[in-house]
Amino acid sequence: MKKDISVKTVVATAIGVALFVVVGRFGSIPTGIPNTEFSLAYPILGLIGVLFGPIAGGLTGLIGHALKDAVFYGSVWWSWVISSAILGILFGLIGKKLKVEQGKFSLKDIVLFNIFQVISNLIVWAVVAPVGDVLIYSEPANKVYTQGLVASLVNSVGIGIACTIIFAVYAKTRVQKGSLSKED
Amino acid sequence: MRKKVIEFVDFSFQYESQSEATLKNINLSIYEGEKILIVGASGSGKSTLVHCLNGLIPHLYKGKMTGSAKIGGKDLESQSLHELSFQTGTVLQDTDGQFIGLTVGEDIAFALENDEVSQEVMLPEVEKWAEKVEISTHLTHKPQELSGGQKQRVSMAGVLISESPILLFDEPLANLDPHAGKETIELIDELHKQTNTTVIIVEHRLEDVLHRNVDRIIVVNEGEIVSDTSPDELLKSETLMTYGIREPLYVTAMKYAEIDVKNVENLADLRYLKGKEIKQKLENWQGKHPNLVTKEASEELLSLERVNYRYQNSQKKVLNDISFQIQKGERISIVGKNGSGKSTLSKVICGFLQANGTFLWQKKEIREHSIKERAEKIGYVMQNPNQMISKTMIFDEVALGLKLRGVEEEEIKERVEKTLKVCGLYSFRNWPISALSYGQKKRVTIAAILVLEPEMIILDEPTAGQDFRNYSEMMNFLDELNAQGKTIVMITHDMHLMLEYSDRTFAMLDGEILADKLPSEVLTDEQLVKKANLKETSLFTLAKTFELEKPELFVQKFIAYDRVVRENE
Amino acid sequence: MNDTVQTLGYQKGESFLHRLNGTSKLLFFVLASAACMTTYDTRFLLFVGIASIFLFKISGIRWRQVSFVMKFIFVFSLLNLVAVFLFDPAYAEKIYESKTTVLGNGYFHLTLEELFYLFNLILKYCCTVPLAVLFLLTTNPSQFASSLNKIGVSYKISYAVSLALRYIPDVQEDFFNIILSQQARGYELSRKAGFIDRIKGYTGVLLPLIFSSLERIDSISTAMELRRFGKGKRRTWYTEQKFSSKDIAVIFIGLFLLLISICLFFVNKGRFYNPFV
Ligand SMILES: Nc1ncnc2c1ncn2[C@@H]1O[C@H](COP(=O)(O)OP(=O)(O)OP(=O)(O)O)[C@@H](O)[C@H]1O
Ligand SMILES: Nc1ncnc2c1ncn2[C@@H]1O[C@H](COP(=O)(O)OP(=O)(O)OP(=O)(O)O)[C@@H](O)[C@H]1O
Ligand SMILES: [Mg+2]
Ligand SMILES: [Mg+2]
Repeated sequence: MKKDISVKTVVATAIGVALFVVVGRFGSIPTGIPNTEFSLAYPILGLIGVLFGPIAGGLTGLIGHALKDAVFYGSVWWSWVISSAILGILFGLIGKKLKVEQGKFSLKDIVLFNIFQVISNLIVWAVVAPVGDVLIYSEPANKVYTQGLVASLVNSVGIGIACTIIFAVYAKTRVQKGSLSKED
Repeated sequence: MRKKVIEFVDFSFQYESQSEATLKNINLSIYEGEKILIVGASGSGKSTLVHCLNGLIPHLYKGKMTGSAKIGGKDLESQSLHELSFQTGTVLQDTDGQFIGLTVGEDIAFALENDEVSQEVMLPEVEKWAEKVEISTHLTHKPQELSGGQKQRVSMAGVLISESPILLFDEPLANLDPHAGKETIELIDELHKQTNTTVIIVEHRLEDVLHRNVDRIIVVNEGEIVSDTSPDELLKSETLMTYGIREPLYVTAMKYAEIDVKNVENLADLRYLKGKEIKQKLENWQGKHPNLVTKEASEELLSLERVNYRYQNSQKKVLNDISFQIQKGERISIVGKNGSGKSTLSKVICGFLQANGTFLWQKKEIREHSIKERAEKIGYVMQNPNQMISKTMIFDEVALGLKLRGVEEEEIKERVEKTLKVCGLYSFRNWPISALSYGQKKRVTIAAILVLEPEMIILDEPTAGQDFRNYSEMMNFLDELNAQGKTIVMITHDMHLMLEYSDRTFAMLDGEILADKLPSEVLTDEQLVKKANLKETSLFTLAKTFELEKPELFVQKFIAYDRVVRENE
Repeated sequence: MNDTVQTLGYQKGESFLHRLNGTSKLLFFVLASAACMTTYDTRFLLFVGIASIFLFKISGIRWRQVSFVMKFIFVFSLLNLVAVFLFDPAYAEKIYESKTTVLGNGYFHLTLEELFYLFNLILKYCCTVPLAVLFLLTTNPSQFASSLNKIGVSYKISYAVSLALRYIPDVQEDFFNIILSQQARGYELSRKAGFIDRIKGYTGVLLPLIFSSLERIDSISTAMELRRFGKGKRRTWYTEQKFSSKDIAVIFIGLFLLLISICLFFVNKGRFYNPFV
């Protein structure tokens, strides 16, 4: 992250974090498994990553999750925070392949994005997060792996539906070059 | 020979998404130390021109440039945004995005922080500029705790603090109360005189800017410069009327009185106008025109009793025991100082905020009514358009309310198109909202409410940032609705709008209604004007300057006559 | 309807903790949390836990200001404890290499070791939660960015945090305003509407919120560039506060705590303090 960060990245991170916190607060539904929830915050992370790149995505995950934990739970669950950060970076990487920014989001892109996001979710929530839980917090392995699998599942579904819709609408609003003219 | 700081030769610019150039063949030279005013219809390209001066074009907004543009002697394109930012300071039109700091003090200090100025220098500097724009008692306030006008002052201080040689103000008065607007113009003038900065102001409120002298006025129309002369010359010509910009009212009045303005000296400065002949003609005109009759009140529509409101984290009550009644078919204007609680009052009426007190709609309590239920009766256009827009396309945004009310597709299309025409947006109907100018955006939000034709409409600053043509068309449409029995409430800082389009005025100060009178009575009450930060119109000043009998009558007659003239056009 | 959700945020005050420099508080918080995170030494946790509850007392923060959030945290922590037990009741036996059954046998059996392990988990909450809450309640957010910058985080990332704090209330207000203006256009989202209608209405809020936020990103970065953000390698801070001797002391105490927890690692030959062998 030594490379120079652009002002746009800074602002995208900040607004991304704000959205992550606000939506995470008002747009979450518990799954029944303790401390795992279905949250619309992750589609937001997807959006920031895909549109603004891996730095913005990673930072949004890191700061957003840490801040949300801190202000709502009073303690930061670092293993999951790091996982969110990695997920943000992964979204940033796939974003470079897609051209949503330029108004392109074809069926092929939808499939590509969704395969990628499901795999990313599995890596992050079913591997990285539980390993972190065991290493940092010494919690029982089967508990954290169950939580991780449930989290991968709900997040894949959530991101799959919400991000696909968001990108499709977003791509439509990106006006093509030279397309606007006054009509009578 | 003075130094040229800005030079455009045959310059054109086309936004990437547009099919036509937005700025066309601009030839413009501005010299060091000049003070320039840019006027033009909404969407004519003023902000675009400003963006070419501070480098946002071509560095952030992409598009095609032709011709040459030089800032400070160097080519626009060859300079980075940072280099340019040392030459130009910009107070942006949209103050929402400009307030970056967590508190007022931090925001004012922002540019200094980036220049790595030490704290010992920074603190007194911030203090000094906060004092200049009269916000120093609010240094630790958060932006959420400020009114629209207070935010605008912070934006100004944050830009002025860098002391750049060229200052750009994109509609600095849009949210200010009349008194604050006057002070701002004086402040800009003072800075200009003391420091030899080059000042460029974009503003619809021509008359207010002319409160202090400017060197030149540039008129922009559809992306072209159509006039570039001294204020005196411009006022004497027909240019302003041709391009749909309102000339200062006292000039119109003098024209009605058949005064040959071409021969009047210092026409642009009301303070220095004199002459026996003018007085004579004005008196003649006044004598010729009959007095007016006022409207009769009908049944009661909305009544508030002892309404109080306090924001969660503030100590002071923002609304303090407010009581009033509004009759059906009235046109009410609410005026008053920045931060006096006008917007809060309308939010309370619409149920956006829960206040205690009694709310009666046609004598029935509506306290328990949901926002949606209230909205079926009362339409509310918020002060800040960004907070209302929820769709990405213009047509969809305006159609949303009708769709939700289950109106049929065809009727929706018809009604939306009609409203878009009234609001001067018809030719943009298939555009995304993101490609609109600020004034155009505000009109979208007005259209979105007008299309619903509710029983009562509350408009928060409907004419801020609007040009005269759109302003009159919208207002005339509102009058049409009013003639059908709809009730109109406007919150405004435009004293003339108040005089011309309302029957009754509430003047607010610190959460209380100071006065509830006829608009002309409000403006002739000197103490009230002073207390509530209002301003007499130039018509009134004109009448007083020439010592006409009953100046308020002169104002009323002018308004009546002016309307007849314009209707016949 | 808004602001009904209580969150942990800065509360003005005059206590000793309020007057400390943000940077030293941040450092202390990071060091102490790291110390408590790595060790499971019961004696150490007990000491820090009691100390942080004591700090809470002298901070002048009233229980009422945080009660709601604290109850929320309590429930959340309890759920986690229950989960830890249910998923592996024999977990602590492996850690402490001993088994003293208290209740039952078969899969769900309770051992003294498990109870002790859970007690350690509770202690951990007692250490970190009050510290975090204290930090959030006594640190002026304006000082947060400059503190991060001072402890070595790049100023751009520090500023991103500050901007996020700046815009959370705005985004929240946007969120509610969009809900309000949707209602004003005809969505019924109040209690008078059915559940499904409300869900539908709320989903209609997310898209506009996203689009207005994207626009916001454009306009804010424009304004920041115009005022030369990101020009230099460094920047100064309006709100930066000078260090006092108290601040230095606080940082040293933090360092000391971390040092002890590392020493304990060697004393206990691992992360766990084991009274069972
Ligand atoms: N980012 C953009 N992309 C495409 N078109 C744009 C963009 N910004 C402005 N325009 C178009 O350029 C034209 C001029 O806009 P501009 O903002 O310069 O108007 P303005 O004179 O400042 O109007 P107002 O008084 O309402 O602020 C408008 O028709 C608008 O649609
Ligand atoms: N969300 C808020 N939280 C706390 N205080 C607020 C909030 N909104 C406004 N205020 C305060 O309430 C007062 C009234 O604000 P309001 O926006 O109603 O003023 P106004 O009369 O509309 O001013 P203007 O003409 O500048 O728009 C101001 O002093 C402002 O600082
Ligand atoms: Mg403009
Ligand atoms: Mg207001």
